[in-house]
Amino acid sequence: MNPDLTRSTADELARSLAAKDVSSVEITQASLDRIAAVDGDLHAFLHVDADGALAVAAEIDARRSKGEQLSYLAGVPIAVKDVLATKGLPTTCGSKILEGWIPPYDATVTARLKAAGLPILGKTNMDEFAMGSSTEHSAYGPTRNPWDRTRVPGGSGGGSAAAVAAFEAPLAIGTDTGGSIRQPGALTGTVGVKPTYGGVSRYGLVAMASSLDQAGPVTRTVLDAALLHELIGGHDPMDSTSIPEPVPGVVAAARRADVKGLRIGVVKELGGEGFQPGVRARFDEAVELLTSAGAEVVEVSIPSLQYALGAYYLVMPSEASSNLAKFDAMRYGVRVPPAGVDDPSAEQVMASSREAGFGDEVKRRIILGTYALSSGYYDAYYGSAQKVRTILARDFAAAFAGVDVLVSPTSPTTAYPLGDKLDDPLAMYLGDVATIPANLIGIPGLSLPVGLATEDDLPVGLQFLAPQKADDRLYNAAAALERLLEEKWGGSLIAQAPELEVVR
Amino acid sequence: MSEPAKGISRADVVHLAGLARIDLSDAELDHLASELPAILDHVASVQQAAGDDVEAMSHPVPVDNVFREDVVVPCLTPEQALAAAPASDQQRFLVPKILGEQA
Repeated sequence: MNPDLTRSTADELARSLAAKDVSSVEITQASLDRIAAVDGDLHAFLHVDADGALAVAAEIDARRSKGEQLSYLAGVPIAVKDVLATKGLPTTCGSKILEGWIPPYDATVTARLKAAGLPILGKTNMDEFAMGSSTEHSAYGPTRNPWDRTRVPGGSGGGSAAAVAAFEAPLAIGTDTGGSIRQPGALTGTVGVKPTYGGVSRYGLVAMASSLDQAGPVTRTVLDAALLHELIGGHDPMDSTSIPEPVPGVVAAARRADVKGLRIGVVKELGGEGFQPGVRARFDEAVELLTSAGAEVVEVSIPSLQYALGAYYLVMPSEASSNLAKFDAMRYGVRVPPAGVDDPSAEQVMASSREAGFGDEVKRRIILGTYALSSGYYDAYYGSAQKVRTILARDFAAAFAGVDVLVSPTSPTTAYPLGDKLDDPLAMYLGDVATIPANLIGIPGLSLPVGLATEDDLPVGLQFLAPQKADDRLYNAAAALERLLEEKWGGSLIAQAPELEVVR
Repeated sequence: MSEPAKGISRADVVHLAGLARIDLSDAELDHLASELPAILDHVASVQQAAGDDVEAMSHPVPVDNVFREDVVVPCLTPEQALAAAPASDQQRFLVPKILGEQA
């Protein structure tokens, strides 16, 4: 068994597969062995499908040996966030209400992975229904950060980020409603991309907030993210909000990696008070590197950002309260009759099942959303929040008139200790301040690891933002910065992650 | 324009839980009643952001109806559709009574 297989990038694996230097079964088995060795402690996965993954790998190997033309990433294994429907494989969204649910269909993203021949290793842990920023709100227990197992990996997609950071999978799929791909990327030293809204199909993605949710890649390199983005993106007739256009040339952009003459705007409102000194220091150094490579850097102000967090924490729970109404214990999911009630009605069974099946954060957001949408408060809360989206979109459009991409730290802090913010929802919400604007206005964002904070030796992420449908700009700029940083470090940041204890 | 809900009471939370069909425990009701005002205070600033002249935006992209050709396509079999049902009978979802009196 080649121990380096789990440390290879998806691009390297794809090239080795094409050259027939290695088989998909070997690569997939190496990932499964790694999961068996370290995941008992990390808990990045909720379900592992060893048999299914190896069967796909064997099939791809057979087709390759027959000389069949295969997708570039065929045979490269992947982990999928447990919020995307996978036919025949449990999909729980990190919730007890869906315990044991086996979808009868595939999400479009899943279907595209299967059609391209990527073995699906399993489903990754997440905050329940993607509500949270630390993965501690999973009903199945938290995921640990591979850099420091006493800390959170971020969330809601902490499982996907931890799986990639811990070399359990070369690739993973996440979803991002307010930063759930990008913030875990920042906290685990991985690359996370939220594509333009509508760029990747939401069919089969269990919805939290339909106007904000977007699936995207979680990887260790910018090029790997581009390869995966190109594979899962593009128009889908099953999703009415899917953009009827092909994916922008993200792979070509990642290979171009040239920032000479690129105009970069540093967002003035993101990076001051409340941002950890070590986060700011790494961010400033990264911006200087971009300048030294020929980028033109200016400071940009987006005044309406002060309202973004408030707008997000009204729009998101409002949409979530509506979306989660479908969990009624009638057609699927757990049914828990009320205790001590003789012959209960459907309504009583629904209320007792939702009480038993939902966790605290989900209940909190449903109640908050129900309030924001209720008669008498709708205009003041939900209506006002929607107006903020209009103002934000205007302000960002004005900013992008003068620059090609915007940058900020992805997260105000590095990974915090498990339990630190669990009893203080507001404190946890504030950590999303830099990532949520992109979701409110549908623009793409990418988080790139830019080093370790000096005070705690934990990863720091830098976020690139671009206008809608200009996802390729993110990949070009991020790949250029990635190369500059790797030249400076003499290798990748993830290579500096501590060795994990193997639990046998 | 309604006042920010500094006075969201425990009774309000009881009412909201009823609307949301969640049978919250007493401890949960107490906890939410103490927690929600602070969260609502924090988000209330959105009311100062824009005047009547600003349009509301519900989606980041224009949303249109999307139709498909009116042709029969494969769909789930009854067995597949019922596979995850808490209870089923004669190819139907079996649910508790939905009327207050004799159904």
